[in-house]
Amino acid sequence: MRQPFKQHSVIPGFGVTLGFTVFYLSLLVLIPLSALFLKTATMGWSSFWSVVTDPRVVASYKLTFGASLAGALINAVFGFIVAWTLVRYSFPGKRLVDAMVDLPFALPTAVSGIALTTIYSRNGWVGCWLESAGIHAAFTPLGVGIALTFIGLPFVVRTLQPAIADLDPEYEEAAASLGAGRVQVFLKVIFPGLLPALLTGFALAFARALGEYGSVVFISGNMPMRTEITPLLIISKLEQYDYAGATAIAVVMLVASFAILLAINAIQWRHVRRINGRG
Amino acid sequence: MSGASRMSLSPATTPGAARDPLWLRVLLIAVTLLFLGLFLLLPLVSVFYEALRGGVRLYLASLVDSDALTAVRLTLLTAVIAVPCNLVFGLAAAWALAKFEFRGKAVLITLIDLPFAVSPVVSGLVFVLLFGAGGWFGPWLTAHHLHIIFAVPGIVLATMFVTFPFVARELIPLMQEQGSEEEQAALVLGAGGWSTFWRVTLPNIKWALLYGVILCNARAMGEFGAVSVVSGHIRGRTNTMPLHVEILYNEYNFQAAFAVASLLALLALVTLAAKELVEWRARVDMRSAAGTAAGEEK
Repeated sequence: MRQPFKQHSVIPGFGVTLGFTVFYLSLLVLIPLSALFLKTATMGWSSFWSVVTDPRVVASYKLTFGASLAGALINAVFGFIVAWTLVRYSFPGKRLVDAMVDLPFALPTAVSGIALTTIYSRNGWVGCWLESAGIHAAFTPLGVGIALTFIGLPFVVRTLQPAIADLDPEYEEAAASLGAGRVQVFLKVIFPGLLPALLTGFALAFARALGEYGSVVFISGNMPMRTEITPLLIISKLEQYDYAGATAIAVVMLVASFAILLAINAIQWRHVRRINGRG
Repeated sequence: MSGASRMSLSPATTPGAARDPLWLRVLLIAVTLLFLGLFLLLPLVSVFYEALRGGVRLYLASLVDSDALTAVRLTLLTAVIAVPCNLVFGLAAAWALAKFEFRGKAVLITLIDLPFAVSPVVSGLVFVLLFGAGGWFGPWLTAHHLHIIFAVPGIVLATMFVTFPFVARELIPLMQEQGSEEEQAALVLGAGGWSTFWRVTLPNIKWALLYGVILCNARAMGEFGAVSVVSGHIRGRTNTMPLHVEILYNEYNFQAAFAVASLLALLALVTLAAKELVEWRARVDMRSAAGTAAGEEK
């Protein structure tokens, strides 16, 4: 016999809370999102394909994916160092520094956008230094990468921190007492233990960067074929009342972020299974 | 996103620190401070610097500008509607998911997280597809002279969509961890459903709930991409604060743009401070609970 839908419980309110949850979720999220796919379905394959493979759109994918990947990689390296320092070492002002890491979550994206643009523009605080070295940051793909690094940072740090805190120092001690050097301990004991968390943080930062709009539009300069990100193309299609075109590009982005979400779940699922298998 | 940052105790320095040589510790701390200083502190400082550059009088004048005040009012209105709706949803979802075992639970949890995976621009777009002039309900709305897109209801809907998971995300893992033994005890002793919720469940989850509301509010007030798509940017009518910042900035009125932005940056700082406070309170509660438990055992 099939198991019952719900196991018996003395606690009241199951029907009401689950009913409301499903109702609200459907009304606000599921129905609107399905509108996106239904709209695409009315387009026909060939017109969908010609929209999403238009050279200008393809150029925007390249920029969006490339800059997101670069930002996520920078965060994987520096986020690792930040998380390690914040968990393992103590230094004056550490609590404050730790609290600061969440700033990109808390700061509205439009504010970070104009602030970064001002700093990295030709006569900005950092921009003037880069300029004297012959590097243009604002209104170039480099600027897009900088903005996407900014917004992705907390994902890597906050995913790694609990994992580093959970590392049992006994394994490191055991490895060291068996004659492993610090580098060897890091590569063979510490790093493999942190890899699932690092990958998860990297993927979260990457996924967030793909869809990011507010912090990028100001610093990117929005030049077609060069510094135009995919979310901006959706908006410009909408402004020309090209709903079908906007929807087609949105579906491509949505599928990409769902794929990353699945990958994250797969990483975590494998990790949990490994831990349970070991225990 | 916030799942990882949720209520983690800041761990004490482990003995492992002793094994990293001093030069490495100094180097890594220096890299951390430099990187965070460059990427986080500098943008924050620049907002206030640019806002106050023209003097305090000019700063205040940009804030009491009538368009700026309308934007502040609309932002507050949006948050006042969106946050309570998502608060009620978060409580209901967490109750259903944490206190009961039923089929399809994992799917439901994944679906609740969906808005986090959707680009803000796409979040706005879906409402244009539903309620815009060429959308499903567009003709009907036009016939009845109702405006959702390029009007306040659209802004509220888009904000509700992007802030949808925040409260639920904070509550579900915590309530799952706490289980339902205390509630069962209260019910067996004769308490009603509501009084069990108010007297047993709510005190146990209040800090996580507050934190979820703070995060939800910060995002509701600061959302840019989704709101930008549905608002139509009608100055003095459908401009929230982030959109007003954009308009001023694109008009090269940098000082005024940064003045309004500084209010949003203050909101972000208050959010971060509130987060620290809530985590600290949760730790104190946990410690005192552990203390009573230890006392009872003696």
